Amino acid sequence: MQSQSQESKNSDDGALLEVRDLTMSYFTRQGEVRAVDGVSFSVDRGQALGLVGESGCGKSSIALSLLKILPENARIVNGSILLDGVDLVPLDEDEMRAYRWAQISMIFQAAMNSLDPVYRVGEQIIEALEQHVESSADESIQRVRELYDLVGLDPVFIPRYPHEYSGGMKQRAIIAMALACEPALIIADEPTTALDVIVQDRILREMKKVQRELDMGMIYISHDMAVIAEVSDVIGVMYAGKVVEFGDSFDVFNNPIHPYTRALMSAFPSVSGEKRELASLDGEPPNLLDPPSGCRFHPRCPYATEECGTTVPPEVRVGEHWAYCWNPQI
Amino acid sequence: MRHSEEKNLLRAEGLTKLFPVTTGNWFQRERSFVHAVDGVQFGLGRGDSLGLVGESGCGKTTTGRLLVRLSDPTDGHIIFDDGEEEPTDIATLSGKSLKGFRKKAQMIFQDPYESMNPRRTILDTVAEPLKTQKMGGPLERLDSVSRMLELVGLTPARAFLFRHPHELSGGQRQRVAIARALVVEPKFVVADEPTSMLDVSVRTGVMRLMENLAGRLGISYLYITHDLAVARYMCDRIAVMYLGKIVEIGETESVLQNPRHPYTRALLSAVPVPDPSVVRPPVNIKSGVSVPIDPPARCRFYDRCPIADNFCRDNDHPPLEGDDSGHLAACYKA
Repeated sequence: MQSQSQESKNSDDGALLEVRDLTMSYFTRQGEVRAVDGVSFSVDRGQALGLVGESGCGKSSIALSLLKILPENARIVNGSILLDGVDLVPLDEDEMRAYRWAQISMIFQAAMNSLDPVYRVGEQIIEALEQHVESSADESIQRVRELYDLVGLDPVFIPRYPHEYSGGMKQRAIIAMALACEPALIIADEPTTALDVIVQDRILREMKKVQRELDMGMIYISHDMAVIAEVSDVIGVMYAGKVVEFGDSFDVFNNPIHPYTRALMSAFPSVSGEKRELASLDGEPPNLLDPPSGCRFHPRCPYATEECGTTVPPEVRVGEHWAYCWNPQI
Repeated sequence: MRHSEEKNLLRAEGLTKLFPVTTGNWFQRERSFVHAVDGVQFGLGRGDSLGLVGESGCGKTTTGRLLVRLSDPTDGHIIFDDGEEEPTDIATLSGKSLKGFRKKAQMIFQDPYESMNPRRTILDTVAEPLKTQKMGGPLERLDSVSRMLELVGLTPARAFLFRHPHELSGGQRQRVAIARALVVEPKFVVADEPTSMLDVSVRTGVMRLMENLAGRLGISYLYITHDLAVARYMCDRIAVMYLGKIVEIGETESVLQNPRHPYTRALLSAVPVPDPSVVRPPVNIKSGVSVPIDPPARCRFYDRCPIADNFCRDNDHPPLEGDDSGHLAACYKA
């Protein structure tokens, strides 16, 4: 396991994950809903990408697409997902199974409810581990001890049941499970949203530490600009199924190009610093059954001009920092 | 801002709510009590807004429910004085007088998806409190509801009157919930996390609306939230709760800029900062989970406090003390 991941690291200098033109749709009775619409981005080893956006913008659908754990009515319609150069899109269920947990693992929103209440937590982690790695019983237990250490859990809790854990501890156990096979990429979808701030703080610090130590790629999905600012090296801002802005987190926060990014940031209250006026945005995110023409943000955009309503906006690029907008705020 | 003893709309004194629980095994059952709200004391000025913040399970929602008498206190007083009638103790009201009080105190709930009957139209939903209070005939009620919907930004009102909750977005539903609470023209509103389920871009609008209406209609708010940043924008004063006790209270900026209680300091330092160049120092609090079942008399925060000493261990929970500005903290070491 160790040597295998070492090998793959050396064999490829390119991005760990490269998503090109990904389009994923839900087929509903009312019609096709393009939850993810022509999205491209990449994640390097040791890099944390923060995907931020409001509910329904498609950020969780991206996560489901990357792991190919789609609901029955959903399908990847177009695009490719290259993990270490291998395209995951054409792989069948059996082939995918070898990648999940071992190469890509995921921490879900409210994952603490995904532990089985009738099994000891340690057993559940060992089960996840032994699905992918050959190891003796002793080795497995030793590995679980290491994992508990890594995520800041007391090993005395290994043989205990989920109900003996608090919410924050369960979330840590899930993180330990996600790390069990040393995946190259970890996807975390709002892993701390249901937790109190003090517990959230501990878990964010722990995740960041582990991600750096193991040199993993991470995709962190959240609606919370403040959390995204703290965990991410690069940020992708999503609106109505599209990534509208992407770049280094300092650049995106200090010099946002897209009016939506600006609006999101100025709508976000902060406890520290000057108390500034909060901006508000009129209207609501669009219905993806019938998305607005041109730029999807134009009905709510304070800078919208005529072409915004008719034509898809062009890419605006400042180095590695880009956005799609007709009236970029540079 | 306008905090003075005489002008309090509402004053809680020794407010306590205990929930009985059984502990022990099957053969030796013991009756214990969860001290959800334990001797809470504070005042709310007329037209003021007080933010009640704390982590889940600290008793903030229970406190809110007690203040509008959706739940009966085990002990303590809630003195309500709107200047129109004689001051009354809400804690002792029942029957007709309690119903009369409901005209003056309303609650807005967290989840706009669950706090409304899906089969009822928006008109019926918002008119319900008027009907219960026997205020006006059907036409007058239609009129009040329309006016209220316009006021909360659901315009034109006639486009919303006969719709059902599922046809509205989360933000619109929360506006309906606000309209329903305000339609009887209450003096006091308890808002329990009214924006926590809303998206950022929609949230600011609802926050603004509540602030604006409070000013225009002269309403006092108790704003319950786990989010200190939201409380900063919505509240004149903030009270921080920990395991059933208010551990710090004062004017918002005073509490946020100069927190005195170690719990407030920990809570504040744990809030993520929306700026990638800021590196927050570690949060200074001991880990652990405290449960308020028959807690010992000492400071509730003792087990997790980074600065507690033997004095804290051997003495009762400290009283709320502080300066003339009304910034108080319950800590021997503050």
